[in-house]
Amino acid sequence: MSEPVPALEVDCRGMACPKPVIELSKAVAAVEVGKTVVLVADDAAAAADVQAWCRMRGQEYAGSGTTADGVPTYLVRRVS
Amino acid sequence: MLDNARAVVAECLGVRPDEVTFTPSGTHAVHLGVLGLLAGRARQGDLLLASSVEHSAVLQAGSWHTARGGRFETVDVDAHGRVSPDSVAAATAQHGVPAVIAIQSANPEVGALQPVEVAHVMESPLFVDACASAGRLPLPEGWSAAAASAHKWGGPAGVGVLLVRRSARWRNPFPGDERIDERAVGFENVPAALAAAAALRASLEEQVQLSAEHFSLTTMLAETVRSIPDTQVFLAPGDRLPHVLAFSCLYVDGEALVSELDRLGFAVASGSACTAGSLEPSHVLAAMGALTHGNVRVSLGRDTAAADVHRLAGELPGLVERLRARAGVS
Repeated sequence: MSEPVPALEVDCRGMACPKPVIELSKAVAAVEVGKTVVLVADDAAAAADVQAWCRMRGQEYAGSGTTADGVPTYLVRRVS
Repeated sequence: MLDNARAVVAECLGVRPDEVTFTPSGTHAVHLGVLGLLAGRARQGDLLLASSVEHSAVLQAGSWHTARGGRFETVDVDAHGRVSPDSVAAATAQHGVPAVIAIQSANPEVGALQPVEVAHVMESPLFVDACASAGRLPLPEGWSAAAASAHKWGGPAGVGVLLVRRSARWRNPFPGDERIDERAVGFENVPAALAAAAALRASLEEQVQLSAEHFSLTTMLAETVRSIPDTQVFLAPGDRLPHVLAFSCLYVDGEALVSELDRLGFAVASGSACTAGSLEPSHVLAAMGALTHGNVRVSLGRDTAAADVHRLAGELPGLVERLRARAGVS
């Protein structure tokens, strides 16, 4: 099954915590329920904090990946 | 005189004097304990299993072990930072029965006491890093080797304690020293060992009262933090260290929080990346699936005034609100 194209991409390269999670929350609020947001972040805390944010906010963590140039990406689906 | 210090420490910790060795640090005691048990089990196997929330001293010993051809795997913890019979069983099912298993007595970052008895079901010798609890709580049961650190109970820095059961098979993992006690490294610092023993006795004597006071203060502080929106309080249900409280605040910069608290006269620690002199967030918080940013760890000592803890509780809600407003979130 291929992932749907994210409705929004947030590029947080070079930003330190908690900025990527703040940007993620704004982006998820801006898409419709059922749509996904992809966060691009090289901050080491993002791996733990994106998942923790999803649990706190009741949103769905839909997995991680990397960009073509090797920067971690995190996919989040708005479910509420 | 060294035997005197040894006898006092043994009595305070409930072990035999010949099971006590003074080391140059708690970290070194951990390294000798973990790697010495592994060396004693070299014929049986090379797998070291440890909880994923061990102090870095244990994790570094694991890295040293793997660099020399051994295997090192971890046991998962729950959201409170605790291992369980199920998580230990899952780890052994996946990796095999360990040559040595290491489980801390208590987690120094979030205060959860570990159910170290989960290791008793297996034959593998147990190493207990007791640095966070020794001098405050009795040692758990069933270990083959354990480690403690004098400065954690108010003793001098530079004194660690390695405990090895007489029945344990322990072999020196490092180049040997021609000493009577093969576990000792060079000549022990006798005055420091005596000071460590005296501090341990004093700490245990005041512990009953101090623990009750600290328990109620950290419980009060936890309630205050929970009243702040979007916070995670890491106060393990059941047995915990009474003097530790950690929490994370969503959308708050941990470094800003720590420096603002410092400006207000509160010295606190943090497990957030960029604050702890490290770019990586706390491996303990990450293993718990917890929020790692906006993290603060409050640790109460014998000299901490109750009034200061109440003042901290009064300042925190407004401070978190100001920092969120500064970051553009409300």
